[in-house]
Amino acid sequence: MRQLLAGNYAVAEAVRLAKVQLVAAYPITPQTPIYEKLSDMENEGKLTGIMMRMESEHSAMAACIAASLAGVRTFTATASQGLALMHEMLHFASGNRVPIVMCNVNRVVSAPWAFGSDQSDSLSQRDTGWMQFYCEDAQEALDTVLQAYSIAEQALLPVMVVIDGFFTSHFIEPVDVPDQASVDAFLPPFSVATRFNIEDPAYVNNVVNPEQYMGYRQRSFEDMEKTRPIIREVNQRYQRIIGRGYGVVEPLNCDGAEIVLVTSGAMTSTARVAIESLREKGLAVGLLKLKAFRPFPTEEVQEVLKNVPKVAVLDRNISLGKEGIWCQELKAALYPLTYRPEVHGFIAGICGADVSPDMIEGMVFQALNRAKPERVPTWVRRDG
Amino acid sequence: MKNDQRVEEMEREFMRPGHMACPGCGEASTIRLVLKVLGEKTIVVILPSCVGVISATFPNSTFAVPCFHSAFEIAAPTAAGIANALKLQGREDVTALAFAGDGGTFDIGLQSLSGAADRDDNFIYVCLDNEGYMNTGIQSSSSTPQNAWTMTTPGGRRGKKKKFMQIIAAHRMPYAATASIGHPLDLMEKVRKAKGIKGMKFIHTLTPCSTGWRMPDDLSVKAAQLAVETKLFPLYEVINGSEYRITHQPRGLPVSEYLKIQGRFRHFTKDDVDRLQREVDEDWERLLAQAAMKGCV
Repeated sequence: MRQLLAGNYAVAEAVRLAKVQLVAAYPITPQTPIYEKLSDMENEGKLTGIMMRMESEHSAMAACIAASLAGVRTFTATASQGLALMHEMLHFASGNRVPIVMCNVNRVVSAPWAFGSDQSDSLSQRDTGWMQFYCEDAQEALDTVLQAYSIAEQALLPVMVVIDGFFTSHFIEPVDVPDQASVDAFLPPFSVATRFNIEDPAYVNNVVNPEQYMGYRQRSFEDMEKTRPIIREVNQRYQRIIGRGYGVVEPLNCDGAEIVLVTSGAMTSTARVAIESLREKGLAVGLLKLKAFRPFPTEEVQEVLKNVPKVAVLDRNISLGKEGIWCQELKAALYPLTYRPEVHGFIAGICGADVSPDMIEGMVFQALNRAKPERVPTWVRRDG
Repeated sequence: MKNDQRVEEMEREFMRPGHMACPGCGEASTIRLVLKVLGEKTIVVILPSCVGVISATFPNSTFAVPCFHSAFEIAAPTAAGIANALKLQGREDVTALAFAGDGGTFDIGLQSLSGAADRDDNFIYVCLDNEGYMNTGIQSSSSTPQNAWTMTTPGGRRGKKKKFMQIIAAHRMPYAATASIGHPLDLMEKVRKAKGIKGMKFIHTLTPCSTGWRMPDDLSVKAAQLAVETKLFPLYEVINGSEYRITHQPRGLPVSEYLKIQGRFRHFTKDDVDRLQREVDEDWERLLAQAAMKGCV
């Protein structure tokens, strides 16, 4: 049924439909409406599970890990400082191979204090062993949370579903909320066995030696590689049952393009408008939306960009001493190609700063007019 | 409880031989007694602490029940998460149990312990208090007694030991108690009581550490008994944060009896001993008054 929903509420609807058994949460702007909406649902008897009202994000993740190990489906949501506080537990979750799904609502990390959307919070958790999927809008957020459970529970690795603070989390959009029967057909009840079997007791997360530890890490790496076909299969099944789907990347007009603009998250929607305008002006411009950050869609990116002369990457984040993080990852993915496109990095929309279609058009022209890429990214700001 | 049931509890073991505790470890004995009472339907949460060492390394396990080695500051939310999962699965016959040291309880885990107490999550939290970071080699915690020697307080600790049961009582959890291996039947009775109560239960055990307290390894039980009999660590219960009940009448030995067997107090002057004695006497009077309010002396 189509409803008008903010992204945060769309995520809460997905949690309800997934029949999550344990929600452990702690408030933080701009994630709080997810927690509040789930509390409303619990109050109205629409939530089947238990809500744990935690005293910190760190404890929220700790409770999710424990409950997941004990054999129940779990959810939490956070943002910014909360995600940073959870950092230790993020490693702990993936190391313990628990299929937790978490929504992170992108918000800039202090200092200085601010609240706008910025991917630095989630991207700086790159090496914690979580899958990360970036969503463009509320509909994609709802669909991705549902898909995430299916992926996580097959892979036994946790998934972070990422939406842009305020843009996606608070903008109200028409969202198709699938009916419970369809979701049940897509997502069976949680079936990962408890790791705490009274009849066959085991010691979970024992102390291991270096060789054993390395063995665990290699196994986790290999299992993360195996998520690639799982993600594809889950998306196909979702498409078949629910009627919508998303690739780990989404190329638009990239064949024969002289330049492709690469985006992620909510800025992709603005970029769609800019690209349309540029094409009307006769420019062969394509758009590549990156949805998956981990596992990184290396082969998909190579396939789309292998014959493209120029690429402009738009990053709503910055890694001091290098450049935008998507830009770094993209360059690394393109390196094995015989014919490598020029990659031009742009930093825009930090802390939710405005990024208009005009500004994006300007970036494309800058990249087109440059003889070769700059070593450092170009900062694009409305006030110059 | 029938006598044969007690005998059965005493005879059964859920802690395997070959564990990695130091000789004479007060924690190992405490864990053993707690598990005897709780039995096979128990899920144990442990942390980086001495228990993390005692529990042995892969592929061995000291525990004959399911065990999870969680992280340092999250004993309470881990046990709470498991307890809620058990509730969802209709397995409330299984007890979620957390073992945490004084560092994991008084210091780094205090916030998460407080949160679980506020939610009244259904599990038993046993604090194994050996008055310092003994696992990492005898460093001072906020449970280390004032002026005691540790590796990080070579001249004696400046701070005072936190009166932790007051913090616990302030949370008004349904059941809290102190216990030690010096009085094993009292300890076991309190664990038994905790098992039968819904909500969060906290048992503060004093677990003498011959290594860190600088004493011979055959004195742990004696040290535990002296802590009780000198009124330094009285044995009592707190119901709902207000109803105090003293479970053992101490003999009132001078605190010097307790101090003199431990090397960590070797440098104590007469003034130090007198100051501690005054503090212990005052605390005891306060406890008596609290217990008297409900007529539970």
